[in-house]
Amino acid sequence: MVPPALADIERIFREEYGRAVAILTRVFGDIDAAEDAVQDAFAEAAMRWPDAGLPPSPAGWIITTARNRAIDRLRRDAARADKHALAALLRARDESRQAFQEGPVHDDRLRLMFTCCHPALGPGAQVALTLRLLGGLTTAEIAYAFLVPEPTMAQRLVRAKAKIRDAGIPYRVPAEADLPGRLAAVLAVVYLIFNEGYTASSGDRLARADLCAEAIRLGRLLARLMPDEPEVLGLLALMLLTESRRAARTSAGGALVLLADQDRARWDRALIAEGQTLVRQCLRRNQPGPYQIQAAINAVHSDAPVADATDWDQILRLYDQLLAIAPSPVVALNRAVAVAEVEGPAAALALVDSLDLGGYYLFHAIRADLLRRLGRDTEADTAYATAIDLTGNAAERAYLAAAKDRPSRPDGVADVRDGRSGD
Amino acid sequence: MKQYMLSIYQPDGDPPPPEILEPIMRDIDAVNAELRAAGAWVFTGGLHPPDTATVLRTADGDMIVTDGPYPEGKEHIGGFWIISAPDLDAALGWARKATQACQLPVEVRPMVDMARD
Repeated sequence: MVPPALADIERIFREEYGRAVAILTRVFGDIDAAEDAVQDAFAEAAMRWPDAGLPPSPAGWIITTARNRAIDRLRRDAARADKHALAALLRARDESRQAFQEGPVHDDRLRLMFTCCHPALGPGAQVALTLRLLGGLTTAEIAYAFLVPEPTMAQRLVRAKAKIRDAGIPYRVPAEADLPGRLAAVLAVVYLIFNEGYTASSGDRLARADLCAEAIRLGRLLARLMPDEPEVLGLLALMLLTESRRAARTSAGGALVLLADQDRARWDRALIAEGQTLVRQCLRRNQPGPYQIQAAINAVHSDAPVADATDWDQILRLYDQLLAIAPSPVVALNRAVAVAEVEGPAAALALVDSLDLGGYYLFHAIRADLLRRLGRDTEADTAYATAIDLTGNAAERAYLAAAKDRPSRPDGVADVRDGRSGD
Repeated sequence: MKQYMLSIYQPDGDPPPPEILEPIMRDIDAVNAELRAAGAWVFTGGLHPPDTATVLRTADGDMIVTDGPYPEGKEHIGGFWIISAPDLDAALGWARKATQACQLPVEVRPMVDMARD
């Protein structure tokens, strides 16, 4: 047998960490005990597997080893009259009959995801917990991705886990009546992770590919576990279609390239095909929601072999639908970009000027572009300057600075991030 | 079962006039009846206004007694429930009814379980 490289262990960790933590959390009713035990098990795997080879079922080995380590540890603590440890042991005994089978209806990861995204936790805590417990990212990695000091992130995670334990946030998939609202919170967290990876809200790197990959992994998991929820499929499609353009979205020098200017040969056809298949599934179901419509808008862009072939009429109709079911100034702003293509920049500018979005850099960027196309260069320069002041992302700032210095470009496309409204 | 305290945050000042207050009190009574019927009711109390409060504290061995509520502010706890519930979702379900009845913000806090914690 070929000795497994550490790369195998790394891959198994990525694939199995969340499931192992989720199962042990159910068994012991204690997230910290579950995390410690799963980490112990992987540490043991890293020592044993290089010599002994991979066990027949690495995932099963990890879960069994973690369970045994947890029981050892809890017994030690219980012997010191730790009541939490005792309670966890008793619970594990009660759960033992069904302990290591997942429920027939719901995967344990799904329960854990609803716990992590519980509305009683703040959005920052929801995101951090999801990445930590389901993604297996270290505290240092999460802190780095969100540009906060590691002790701050550690504190955030400790506080969130203590609230789950002390306030009794349940570990289950919500009842049917509560599901739409609670699922929306889960989807929002996944999309927030994706967006943070796609356009870092500050810093120099335009994209943090690892966060996008993690969000897509969570999206695929949700789609597998909740295949009857069209918004779950819609979110996955939206992320896949957006991700398909990653390589084309930055130049060799790291500068931002607009959708209209991207080399479409560099789009990832496999991701596009997967995303478009999901969009078609959603259309057949005919229960539209905001993620599905945004995915459909992106699918229309993906259909166009060149920017000039984009079916803007269809995009505008989709934005009309999106604005009707999820009205927001940001959606209206993105819709105005489609209006510029169908009816011209003057009509779009009138719509943009009616929006109260003065604090949002894209508002000024889009206004600037429309003004430039209308030949109102002085006003365009002012709007570009405001947009540059308001964005914290260096690549977008550089793009806007270059656009500001470019002469009028009447056929340009204003939107910096087409179809990615609502964030 | 865990216990939770549901506190009503009430703006300082005069209570609303009877035509507003009476339907609110009826709604609160209905929530209490529902809590009791479900076996979730432990205790309910309404409080006199914060300017009836007295604060005691020790400093260097002396007992200091002062007039007025401990935290200064525009809102204070006007009343509370202690309920028992299997988990936070159940407690939040009761809090939703409570806040709709009293038309004021309600804070939900888990109580320390003396038997376990």
